[in-house]
Amino acid sequence: MSAAIEVKGLRKIYPDKKNGDKIAVDGIDLRVELGEIFAILGPNGAGKTTTVEILEGYRDRDSGEVHVLGVDPGNLQNQDLSWRNRIGIVLQSTEDAADLTVAETVHHFSYYYTNPKDADQVIAAVGLAEKRNAKIRTLSGGQRRRLDVALGIIGSPEILFLDEPTTGFDPEARRAFWELILQLQNEGTTILLTTHYLDEAEALANRVAVINNGKIIEVSTPGNLGGRNNAKARISWIGDGVRQEIFTDNPTQEVTKLAAKFAGEIPELTVTRPTLEEIYLSMINVEAN
Amino acid sequence: MKSILRIGWLRGGIEIKQFARQRESVVFTLLFPVMLLFIFGSVFKDKIAPGVTFSQYFVAGMIASGLVNTGFQQLAITIPMERDFGTLKRLRGTPMSPISYFIGKVIVVTVSMLVQVALLLAFGTLLFGLNLPASAALWLRFIWLVVLGSICSTILGIAFSSVPKSGRGASAVVSPIVIVLQFFSGVFFLFSSLPKWMQDFASFFPLRWLTLGMRSVFLPDSFATKETGHSWQTNTTVLVLLAWIIVGTVVSARTFKWSDR
Repeated sequence: MSAAIEVKGLRKIYPDKKNGDKIAVDGIDLRVELGEIFAILGPNGAGKTTTVEILEGYRDRDSGEVHVLGVDPGNLQNQDLSWRNRIGIVLQSTEDAADLTVAETVHHFSYYYTNPKDADQVIAAVGLAEKRNAKIRTLSGGQRRRLDVALGIIGSPEILFLDEPTTGFDPEARRAFWELILQLQNEGTTILLTTHYLDEAEALANRVAVINNGKIIEVSTPGNLGGRNNAKARISWIGDGVRQEIFTDNPTQEVTKLAAKFAGEIPELTVTRPTLEEIYLSMINVEAN
Repeated sequence: MKSILRIGWLRGGIEIKQFARQRESVVFTLLFPVMLLFIFGSVFKDKIAPGVTFSQYFVAGMIASGLVNTGFQQLAITIPMERDFGTLKRLRGTPMSPISYFIGKVIVVTVSMLVQVALLLAFGTLLFGLNLPASAALWLRFIWLVVLGSICSTILGIAFSSVPKSGRGASAVVSPIVIVLQFFSGVFFLFSSLPKWMQDFASFFPLRWLTLGMRSVFLPDSFATKETGHSWQTNTTVLVLLAWIIVGTVVSARTFKWSDR
């Protein structure tokens, strides 16, 4: 299977004479397969956006090899527009075209691409059908973000870059957005996502990479990240009037034992595994120490 | 790829829609010069030469500065705003050719410029005794002055758009330059009555030559003797405009930025 994105030894340094050069990306290797949803997690300033913007062809790099759909985004030359015809980009924040309507903007952008989706269907898919004739300046933050997504997918991209796409969404809009993304994946789109929301990464991503200080700490599936699949389960209940907890590799066995102790229900029983968020935070904190 | 020209044409439509829907820009770009025309034209009606009033002199100058307003000023203010808002960055991420973007800009500038010139010509002739060009040759000169002047103004607006640090601050940087050039270039005062250093300074820039060119179209030929060079200096006007077009093109190609980082 050929890779949608291939990155080897990527480095990017922002020169800063006052405070010393800042190494934003410090030797990153990545391989995103065609059809995959790949999430990049990491704290602010970890190098996520820099990495993604290099992949999108917005930034130069200092060293390393980068291929997106087999093309080097740092050296596009005359492939520039034909390559951009195959990718879709949702940037972190934009507030442009405030005096145009949603429909005007999405229809206009559809003309840029050789194989666009139907503009009205895209408007409906991102949940803006009722707002199609509203001026962009009247949209809420979440609606504006959905318009950004609409403009990112209008060209039927082979790869879609999403930089913190659901910031400002209410929970319902977020779920709807996730469904849209999964549907795009079903249609064969490869998706590279950066996000602060661990539940989002868990709901969408086939694999996640955790980045901190410009380096990749781990690449794994959401379920296996940080040894999460092997982590002990936490069993908690009320015994002798106080909350009890144990950590175990064999939760079923322990719960059976407990059940034998109590006649009927075990009071306030919970069995949990570490959430992706807990795993992620422990990974970032280990780094910090 | 779809045709660069066709998308440029579509961008022109989008640009015009946006321009027309921003009341501030319509008022600022189109009506402000007309207002100035009223004020100055009504206050200064003295004869400055046999058969020539200052109003006529002023209207000719305002038509020249109309080209600067709609091209240079408009673009040097709106492009930095588009850069700040992320409009440019988003466009750069699509298969739209940069050439299409600039075609769109040229279209919106051309349309607003034609509206502006038409308004100034209408008010100038109706209220302030401006005489429309009397011969085909003068009309022809008027047309090439407008074409060359607006190309020059548009390209310099694109070139200058990299100077303002932010979209918000752009008009504070650009407007004073335009106003000072108007004062120095013989729009608000007789150019020949200005101090020599002001005349010399203004002569580096296109506006002084555009105002002179417009006077050569709208004032009697006899007025040429009252000009600083005692003639209309048409060749110099063409050379200065062409030089700035070349400078503007080179600077734009080297410095145009699609995002602020």
